[in-house]
Amino acid sequence: MKVPVSITVNGRRHEHEVEPRLLLVHFIRVLAEQTGTKIGCDTSQCGACTVLIDGVAAKSCTTLAVQADGAEVTTIEGLADGEQLHPLQESFWNKHGLQCGFCTPGMILAAHELLRTNASPSEAEIRHGLEGNLCRCTGYQNIVRAVQDAAGAAADRK
Amino acid sequence: MFAADFDYYRADSVAAAGRLLAEHPGAKLLAGGHSLIPLLKLRLSAPAAVIDIGRIAELRGISVDGGTLRIGALTTHAEIAASADVQRHARALAEAAGQIGDPAVRNRGTIGGNIAHADPASDLPTVLQALGATLDIAGPHGERPVGIDGFFQGVMTTALAADDLLTAIRIPTAGQSQGSAYVKFPHPASRYAVIGVAASLTSGTGGGWRTVLTPGASRETVCSNASVAIGGLVPAPARCGAVEQALAGKPLSDETFAEAAAAVGGDLGDDLLGDVFASGEYRKAVAPVYVRRALAAAASRVG
Repeated sequence: MKVPVSITVNGRRHEHEVEPRLLLVHFIRVLAEQTGTKIGCDTSQCGACTVLIDGVAAKSCTTLAVQADGAEVTTIEGLADGEQLHPLQESFWNKHGLQCGFCTPGMILAAHELLRTNASPSEAEIRHGLEGNLCRCTGYQNIVRAVQDAAGAAADRK
Repeated sequence: MFAADFDYYRADSVAAAGRLLAEHPGAKLLAGGHSLIPLLKLRLSAPAAVIDIGRIAELRGISVDGGTLRIGALTTHAEIAASADVQRHARALAEAAGQIGDPAVRNRGTIGGNIAHADPASDLPTVLQALGATLDIAGPHGERPVGIDGFFQGVMTTALAADDLLTAIRIPTAGQSQGSAYVKFPHPASRYAVIGVAASLTSGTGGGWRTVLTPGASRETVCSNASVAIGGLVPAPARCGAVEQALAGKPLSDETFAEAAAAVGGDLGDDLLGDVFASGEYRKAVAPVYVRRALAAAASRVG
């Protein structure tokens, strides 16, 4: 069985007939050709596949493409406004919140979710808010600093 | 990982879901998918058909009516954790929902899916057991209320029939002198409960005949009702009768809680779950600590 789905990825609508078992992350990477979203653990633990579905963070390896039919999906490619980086991207760059970069797309979207629900998080709230995203390089310190920077939460570092 | 192939149907109402279930025996219901999709990907489950109920609006939302808190089956963990109504009327449930997985998981996972899946290491079944929930279940012969006692029958096994659909969870709202809490020992990687304890305590004025005979005698606050449940180390969440009995009529004090918590061994039975991280014996030895903490946290919220 194939099912027609229409998913808008980063503002561009993609219509395909898909097998119901197709995961959203594969729809994004293969059919919408937006490969910024990564597949890490493939078991909803590492967060590398985190995207926004209608503005809310979700793990696209644990979502079927058919579940996102009609939705607006935002991936890391959709955050910047032309050449103008999103403030979170700017902060991850400035604070060196990455090393190999594999976790970064998901990490930035998880940080986006945190700041959506809590505009000025404490350091503890940032660490807690990013608990669903694993980074094996940085030790998280610069990631936390980047989110603090993006949130303008400089008070935490005093 | 790819799931085995399956046919997909989307239901836009409870009635439509019922019809689809009748047409496709053995079909699985898909809500948020955060229990079902991992099983499909591991091919631990390979149904011929999946029925997506995730868009049925009537299954969503939280409301309070008289003394009952009603939560639609499709309500997400994030919505429950953030709900002022749940925080006020069923504190332990909000507390547990906020500890499931991580924020992205809580945005998609639903209370109905969580309960129907009945993972023994899950948090919400234990809480609903302690809070005395009633489940509304729609089946081929209409909707029926089912009490939480006896609903969970074992590892991933419930009283739900293959053609049943869980529509809502109802919980009696907490009274003035009632407090509840959920405390867990999370697995360090998965955050699932190695041990989870939910407690709901009601205080009353004790002292009995003594205060009647002795004018001016202080009436101490005692436990007039206790409901305690434990999960994570048993195949299905269990009410802790021995702990509850040890609390009855006793002052709400640390001594009482320690004494009552020590009785939990008698509530656990012999069928203990264990894994490479924590054996059944270890979990049993640690359980009283979490029972004591849950009791103290619940008592601190008695208004």
